[in-house]
Amino acid sequence: MEALDALILSRIQFAANISFHILFPTITIALGWVLLFFRVRFAQTGDEKWMNIYRFWVKVFALSFAMGVVSGITMSFQFGTNWPGFMETVGNIAGPLLAYEVLTAFFLEAAFVGIMLFGFSRVPAWLHMLATFLVAFGTTVSAFWIIVLNSWMHTPQGFEMVDGVAFATDWWAIIFNPSMPYRFAHMLLASGLTVAFLIAGVSAFRWLIGDRSRDARTALKVGVTIGACLIPVQIYMGDMHGLNTLEHQPQKIAAMEGIWETGPNQPLLLFAIPDEAARENRFEVAIPNLASIILTHHAGGVVQGLNDFVAEDGTVMHPPVLPVFWSFRTMIGTGVAMLLLSWATVFMMWKRRRMHVDPAAGHWLAVEGLPKPFFWALVPMAFSGWVATLAGWYTTEIGRQPWLVQGVMTTEMAVADVPAPMVAGTLIGYLVVYGLLLFAYISVIVYLARKAARGDDGRAIDMSHSGKAQVAMLQPAE
Amino acid sequence: MFPDFANPAEWLPWAFASLMGFSILVYVVLDGFDLGVGILFPFAGDVEKDRMIGSIGPFWDANETWLVLAVGLLLVAFPTAHGMILTALYLPVFLMLIGLILRGVAFEFRAKAHAKHKALWNNLFFVGSTMTALSQGFMLGLYIMGLEQTWATYAFAGLTAVFLTVGYSFIGATWLIHKTEGMLQIRAVRWARESLWGVILGIGAVSLATPLVSVRIFDRWLQFPEALWLAPIPIISGLLVAWLWRMVRQMPFAGDVRSWQPFAVATGLFSLAYVGLAYSFYPYVVPERLTIYEAAAAPESLLIILVGACFVVPVIAGYSVLAYVIFRGKATELRYD
Repeated sequence: MEALDALILSRIQFAANISFHILFPTITIALGWVLLFFRVRFAQTGDEKWMNIYRFWVKVFALSFAMGVVSGITMSFQFGTNWPGFMETVGNIAGPLLAYEVLTAFFLEAAFVGIMLFGFSRVPAWLHMLATFLVAFGTTVSAFWIIVLNSWMHTPQGFEMVDGVAFATDWWAIIFNPSMPYRFAHMLLASGLTVAFLIAGVSAFRWLIGDRSRDARTALKVGVTIGACLIPVQIYMGDMHGLNTLEHQPQKIAAMEGIWETGPNQPLLLFAIPDEAARENRFEVAIPNLASIILTHHAGGVVQGLNDFVAEDGTVMHPPVLPVFWSFRTMIGTGVAMLLLSWATVFMMWKRRRMHVDPAAGHWLAVEGLPKPFFWALVPMAFSGWVATLAGWYTTEIGRQPWLVQGVMTTEMAVADVPAPMVAGTLIGYLVVYGLLLFAYISVIVYLARKAARGDDGRAIDMSHSGKAQVAMLQPAE
Repeated sequence: MFPDFANPAEWLPWAFASLMGFSILVYVVLDGFDLGVGILFPFAGDVEKDRMIGSIGPFWDANETWLVLAVGLLLVAFPTAHGMILTALYLPVFLMLIGLILRGVAFEFRAKAHAKHKALWNNLFFVGSTMTALSQGFMLGLYIMGLEQTWATYAFAGLTAVFLTVGYSFIGATWLIHKTEGMLQIRAVRWARESLWGVILGIGAVSLATPLVSVRIFDRWLQFPEALWLAPIPIISGLLVAWLWRMVRQMPFAGDVRSWQPFAVATGLFSLAYVGLAYSFYPYVVPERLTIYEAAAAPESLLIILVGACFVVPVIAGYSVLAYVIFRGKATELRYD
């Protein structure tokens, strides 16, 4: 089959791998920090509920971390198995960035995650907190290096090409490339939102199946509050990121907005089906001038259209429009839903606090005051972060096509000379394994939530040990 | 053997080859023992399984990271070789990755999933560990055969796959001898006894095949006077094998003394075999086709990584040791508290 050659199969395989992979760092990056918060609150207050929340979410962290690690290893091998041209061309730049990720972050996380997960009663409290901090810090540093490399692929600078191979000339410029700060901040906020809604959604699920424990309530409040605080920041950051993209990758913005012809007074399309063959949109529902206003801050602002990115000989040098256009709208739509739901929930819980809890005790939100439909709405939103992150990821990555490194090499130049049937076979293998694991992952979270709601989440632990090493217990019995 | 240390284009590739070789060796020993525990999994009872998992739970993640570092170094220091080796090993790499995925997640899932699914995850833990070991052995075999793909090289790779898998289960058994007590320890001793043949045959097969595949390697090992300098490698290996043989027949010792010795001696044996292999292939990174000097990335990029590595690797070693110290002693059930 002509259409499914090794290139497109390799692309699908890489997309499948990275889509699966990104789900888990998206959770672990922020969940690490949230766990640190729970752990510190426990140390401050000595209140058992914080440790219960920690112990519940540390299991989700452990699962997500394992899924992230194993799929990440897969990614690192795929550079070689499917995209050898990438490292051969830009290895001098990508290599050190990846090496620094492994050296500064990967080992840090991997070494301390053991202490974080299994060390509570083995190490002093300060070391357990330090381990939790180092794991959170490690995941964030890890994300930093990966985003640096990814941003560099979108907005490369600080290098020169000699005989078709990139050589670094200015590492500062490579690391702090123009889109890196926006991309990094956007990703960290996405992670925060994913975790906020996951915590809120799972806690709402526990509430709905009858869990009235203090830990479920507190976790719900924490989740919703984090979500409500972060979402406006994320919307602002997303807008800044968009303006940055307009400056460096105008063809991506044109695809996101469905703009074909360069000109002023570009409308904002609420709905459309871009048709690349006819080079126009069908079924347009538009708000006049709004895209120009958002992008250039005045109605008459000129925005470049996709037709500017077709070469004389007809070679299309802009991304496929339909997937970029709709991924972008999916991301925005999910973000709006997050904004409305989290703010409405916080408002309701705040409004009804006096009827249900004692504000003098420091409670400023009452989960009891929340009408039932809110719980029903929060449950499916548990995975809204995943939807938005994936949609955003597709927007930016498909939006980079046909370039692998913007202006330097196309995706086609990097692909391996592996027979298409072999790529197809391994692709099916990955999809089956990933599908089953995703199913298992979600089932286990549901199972853990049910178990916790029944109150039989393991045995009670002796809190007095949180500070003392119990190594003596581990010595062999006589 | 040693490069010109005044010339960065020469000593940098050498330094990176050494660093990469070091991380592969550390990986083989460390992930070797936890893969080995996975391979031995079906032979243990249910309660023992929890203990076995407990003995590797806090470590496997960091152990696996050495593989990431090794591949990372290959990727960054020898990009051409990285592409050449990994495309040639496309299918075994795929199988190894699926194995690593299954094993890594089975670990977490078996502890958290519904009790009735635990057996499924136990099986997947075994399948994943075995798949990983077999495909790594297969890759090792093909690599020794210069990445040639014929029926004969496949047959050899098939053999190394089996030997490495049994070898991993041996090192896993020696780890369990140290980390367990009672019945499980006695079982571990028996496993070690029963799998030592894999180690011996494996090292033997590789030592015999390597010089036969390449005249260059043959000359390197059997030329006078270099052969004299190299003689300690086979001689000490032989002594270590004899030592292991004796030990696993007498263990467990009264009062559990020296329970760490089989693992330590096995590590020494693996290291010697590995050094021998590295000596055979140097300076090639793709056997007989591409040397580390031809495949190396730009010296400027390598220097940047090396400076970082000099600071970071000792720190990594430090906190890895810390983790082993914190979780020293006999394994308990894995508990999330």
